Amino acid sequence: MRTAVILLALLALAAIPGSLFPQRNVASDPAAVIQYTHEHPRLAPWLDRLGMFDVYASPWFAAIYVLLLVSMTGCVLPRSRRLWQSVRSAPPPAPRNLARLEGHRAWETTREPAEIIATAAGHLRRRRFRMVATADEVRAERGYLREVGNLAFHLSLLVLLVGIAAGKLIGFEGRVAVTEGASFANDLSQYDAFSPSAWTDVDDLEPFSFRLEEFDVSYQTSGPNLGQPTEFAARLAYRVEGGEEQTVTVEPNHPLDINETKFFLTGNGYAPVVTVRDGRGKAVFTGPVQFLPLDTSYASDGVIKVPDAQPTQLAFEGLLLPTADVGPQGPYSMFPDTLNPQLFLTAYTGDLGFADGVPQSVFTLDKDELTQVRRNGQPFSQALSVGETMRLPGGQGTLTFDGVSRFANFQIAYDPGKEITLVAAVVLLVGLTTSLALRRRRLWLRVRPTEDGGSLVEVAGYSLTRREPPPEEIADLVAALHGPHHSATASKDASA
Amino acid sequence: MILDEQTFAQLSNGLVYSAIAVYALAMLAYAAETAGRMAGARVAVTGTVVADSPSRSRLPGAFGTSLTVLAFLLNLGGVVTRGLAAGRVPWGNMYEFVLVCALAAGAAYLAFLSRRPVRAFGVWIVAIVLLALGLAVTVLYTPAGALVPVLDSYWLVIHVAAAITGGGVFTVGAVATGLFLVRHRQERRGTAQAPRGRYAASLPTTRTLEQVAHTAHIFAFPIWTFAVIAGAIWAENSWGRYWGWDPKETWAFITWVFYAAHLHAQATAGWRGVRASWFALAGYAAFLFNFFGVNLWITGLHSYAGV
Repeated sequence: MRTAVILLALLALAAIPGSLFPQRNVASDPAAVIQYTHEHPRLAPWLDRLGMFDVYASPWFAAIYVLLLVSMTGCVLPRSRRLWQSVRSAPPPAPRNLARLEGHRAWETTREPAEIIATAAGHLRRRRFRMVATADEVRAERGYLREVGNLAFHLSLLVLLVGIAAGKLIGFEGRVAVTEGASFANDLSQYDAFSPSAWTDVDDLEPFSFRLEEFDVSYQTSGPNLGQPTEFAARLAYRVEGGEEQTVTVEPNHPLDINETKFFLTGNGYAPVVTVRDGRGKAVFTGPVQFLPLDTSYASDGVIKVPDAQPTQLAFEGLLLPTADVGPQGPYSMFPDTLNPQLFLTAYTGDLGFADGVPQSVFTLDKDELTQVRRNGQPFSQALSVGETMRLPGGQGTLTFDGVSRFANFQIAYDPGKEITLVAAVVLLVGLTTSLALRRRRLWLRVRPTEDGGSLVEVAGYSLTRREPPPEEIADLVAALHGPHHSATASKDASA
Repeated sequence: MILDEQTFAQLSNGLVYSAIAVYALAMLAYAAETAGRMAGARVAVTGTVVADSPSRSRLPGAFGTSLTVLAFLLNLGGVVTRGLAAGRVPWGNMYEFVLVCALAAGAAYLAFLSRRPVRAFGVWIVAIVLLALGLAVTVLYTPAGALVPVLDSYWLVIHVAAAITGGGVFTVGAVATGLFLVRHRQERRGTAQAPRGRYAASLPTTRTLEQVAHTAHIFAFPIWTFAVIAGAIWAENSWGRYWGWDPKETWAFITWVFYAAHLHAQATAGWRGVRASWFALAGYAAFLFNFFGVNLWITGLHSYAGV
């Protein structure tokens, strides 16, 4: 047990750094480790070598829980055998000196020993004790289920690990942002991010597709929580391969479940719809561009890249304010809904860098080969309301702000081990509760005949757990035998 | 007067402030009782230390308990009206969580008090509850309102209620464990004459304190286990994974493991008693950090629980 205590304490301590340092493969913020490394360039490599950015997958964390499970198994298996043996064997004989046990009571009665034994045996049997009666002794035991619960609890931890391992070896997680009107097919190439496991069959993803018909959001328009969202709902038209198109509404806590591949709505944002014409006056881009929300007011930033523009490629960078207003510190968004959307843009010309073939983020510009568009020496910028057009100086092109669409973020998860984990967790909880709520205890009754034909009766209990046996059990037995009500008067008889 | 949300919200605030005032009085009464008990203990230790020393006067203690019951009822009223004001279960943000956790700690203390001689806990429990409610109304206050969509789930009712109940009972366990350590030191050293020893000598016996702590821990531990499992089920339903080492999950796990270590230590020769107690206190510290530290300093998926 001491090994278990030390390993448990180590496990608790080892889990702490993972909550204090950013972690890879922890969903909340994928860029956190990169940012931390950027901010602490000298410390980060050392932390990384120690596994501090990957605590729960690190060898030392695994070492602790594997040792713990090994030590537990080594403890539980012999205990299971002992339990099996004790269930099959009768309760043990009473110790010689019952007065040293718990709740000891003794008294003299005029009834015969055989009668006392029979009454006590009947009483204890009715109370569901396992019981053996001899000529001068009744041996009883209860609460074997406590041990069963205890063993079930410990063994369920092994099953739990199997369930977790199944998910970690076969399942996957992915993310995708889909704009209103756009479609998603469940294929590796369509994901924005995809984290497969060791044995994920990426060529055999659940075959189906959906189109985001509409994304509904409502916000509180009054009261102290003004601007707090009250509803997110993504209306999807989806089609399983070979099936009819169906519609479904995906909301937070209400995922779309297609044969265990689940689609969760985890976020949303705005995608301004723009039309860009190049220096020749030709419309080279038209459509929505996803911008990333910066805060709860949904002020969002993003970039618009137009590689097809001639004679030079064009790029725009800026901010979308869904309900724009001007405060003392400049423009800001006063409400998350699109009551007065404005687009604040600056422009660039030159080479977007696509020719290198290096994958780029759609949310940032590689400005190495780009030149910022200027007018009178100042960076050229403009605030656009819907329908307005920005004209770049020198006839390099125009951008028209056509409107605002929304996009929805989906988290996609497939975890075939979760049912095993759930069953293990239920067994764990039931086993734990049983083992803590029940008390395994023994009761003994001993009778000696007295010279005048009566009996000297002794009763005592013994707890096999830390808690004392329920005192009313002995009191009830004594009452059933018409013994004295209080132990104080009886104890002096017992010492005789 | 028309009973609308606004009225309920104001009524709730009024009840919570009243609960704070009455708890403050209860703490004074319990402090007076403690002083009386210490004077009693000094008389008693001239011979041997007597179990559960009788106080010189039982009046301040009884008064303290009555005030605690009253404050508890006011707290309960504050929680119920808060729920009516918001039109949902009243544990959707940090302010409400503290309100209900204070309620659970008060309930756990009063439940123990009806079975065990634990009035010596009163001053500590009431102090903790008072501190919690004080923090709630000053730092954590949030006006009553609807929940953000991701919290709009019946798992909120189940998961958070279990966490609160577990936390309330763990609080009684932690107070009993702390007092056990104080009392144990005094019993071992026999320092009843020193001012600190005199306080320790006025406490219930180590046996009583250990039993109360044990009862509280084995009651709260399965509830905490359930809270973690329910949280995992909700997480699966909401984010697509049942366990993701989010800071909140991590600290719930740390809490669980420390309490598991405590229960194992209690069954290990040489660790039972004092050493085991430190694990229980570590578990409680992890529980507190999970609520205050994780919510206020660490960003994670549970951050929307908000201040």
